[in-house]
Amino acid sequence: MSALLDHLPEFWQGLVVTLQMTAASFAGAAAVGLVIVAMRVGPVPVLRAVATVYVETLQNLPLLVLLVLAVFGLPEIGLKAGLTTTAVVVIALYEGAYIAEALRSGVNAISAGQGEAARALGLTFGQSLRHVVLPQALRTVVQPIGNIFIALTMNTSLAAAVGVVELTAAANRVNLLEAQPIPIFVGAGLAYAAIAACAGFVTGRLERRLAVAR
Amino acid sequence: MSNLLFDEPGPRARRRIRLATVAGVLVLLALLALAVRQFAANGQLAAERWQPYATWPMWRYLLGGLWSTALAAVVSAALAMAAGIALALGRLSRRRAVRLPSAAYVEAVRTIPALLLVYLVLFALPRYGLDLPLFWKLVVPLAVSNAAAFAEIFRAGIMSVERGQGEAALALGLTHGQSMRLVVLPQAARRVLPSIVSQSVGLLKDTSLGFVVSYAELLYSGKVLANYNGLLIQTYIVVALVYLVVNASLSALARSLDRSVAGGGGPGRRITRGRRITRVPR
Repeated sequence: MSALLDHLPEFWQGLVVTLQMTAASFAGAAAVGLVIVAMRVGPVPVLRAVATVYVETLQNLPLLVLLVLAVFGLPEIGLKAGLTTTAVVVIALYEGAYIAEALRSGVNAISAGQGEAARALGLTFGQSLRHVVLPQALRTVVQPIGNIFIALTMNTSLAAAVGVVELTAAANRVNLLEAQPIPIFVGAGLAYAAIAACAGFVTGRLERRLAVAR
Repeated sequence: MSNLLFDEPGPRARRRIRLATVAGVLVLLALLALAVRQFAANGQLAAERWQPYATWPMWRYLLGGLWSTALAAVVSAALAMAAGIALALGRLSRRRAVRLPSAAYVEAVRTIPALLLVYLVLFALPRYGLDLPLFWKLVVPLAVSNAAAFAEIFRAGIMSVERGQGEAALALGLTHGQSMRLVVLPQAARRVLPSIVSQSVGLLKDTSLGFVVSYAELLYSGKVLANYNGLLIQTYIVVALVYLVVNASLSALARSLDRSVAGGGGPGRRITRGRRITRVPR
């Protein structure tokens, strides 16, 4: 237990990095997901194909492979960026594919009449997406997106494998110093569980608040 | 599906679509040109940097890695599924003493990163005198973390089987265990087959954690190879393509199973009906 308390600053630092990475990559993933889903439900065949290929490719590659490719491979072609930045961008691109899929299932769940009504009012594709379809789609996928958020939080731990010192790496370092694995790893696990519990609580509240009585 | 957002295009819409197509293709070509320029400017397009991947010894080594990946994935999937069925049954048990621990396990493990479990097995267990062989250092944490996911899939499947099925089995004089084993579980398993396959794709992706354990699966083999021949980006691109081919084939299998399960007909045939189960990034 003292191993945990003696190294609280390291743990805190790791937790802060994890939270920062989670927030940044979730924001990025949301943006990527929105763009991809707009391309995927839109009327332009080429863009639909590009979005489909994007989603299929990223969902079928392990995140760790992408991280390794970006961290060790990209400097070889002259693309150098900070370690944490690279990890955040890769995680955002990866999770963006999942957010796009969740949003698409939400869009598909909306009755066709909504889109028809929007068009009958003279809204363009972009307008009907922005004002009519997406707001409703988002409400139906609060829970799946919450699950993606939790999975994203846990996936930021993979950045430890390429050298970012976030919570998992901090725990590992402290353990190498103190050699008291059980309290240290359990402490880190509890921190992740706490983040997930917060996310679960927030999505539960959001889902009830946003639910539409039908 | 998505003619939700647009009608059959008229002349103006067709013109706009053509414009968007041209713009999209131009952006794609620009990105591609940029990538090629970056590769070329850094000498990474030179034939001798790619040529090794046209030779058999390289592929023999990588395919050996793929074999280890498959082995680890199959063994941990088998363990995780067995544990998942047990946990699902536990969560649906009438006895509290069984129900609560199963639920606690599933909820707890769902929120712990697999890498943390790997570190635990890698660095914690040896201290307590349990130094597993390399293979099991990868398989055990994967099985532990995926058991929770499989448990939720099986639970959804069991709950999707109509009550009448179990009741009919009981009325025929089968015990609870028999009705579960002979009547409910077989139907549930068939319905969740697509989810099982896509979860297995996720598990196969997780085996890339062998990179951390230094178990010679595909990604770690790639690392060894890249350190040996210095062809970093080429090796990792090849490794990524191998993962892509394998996983995309499995995902296609999951989709065709999804269709054939859905095509079975009958009421309540699909559990994915109504509330679709969306995949979660792993």
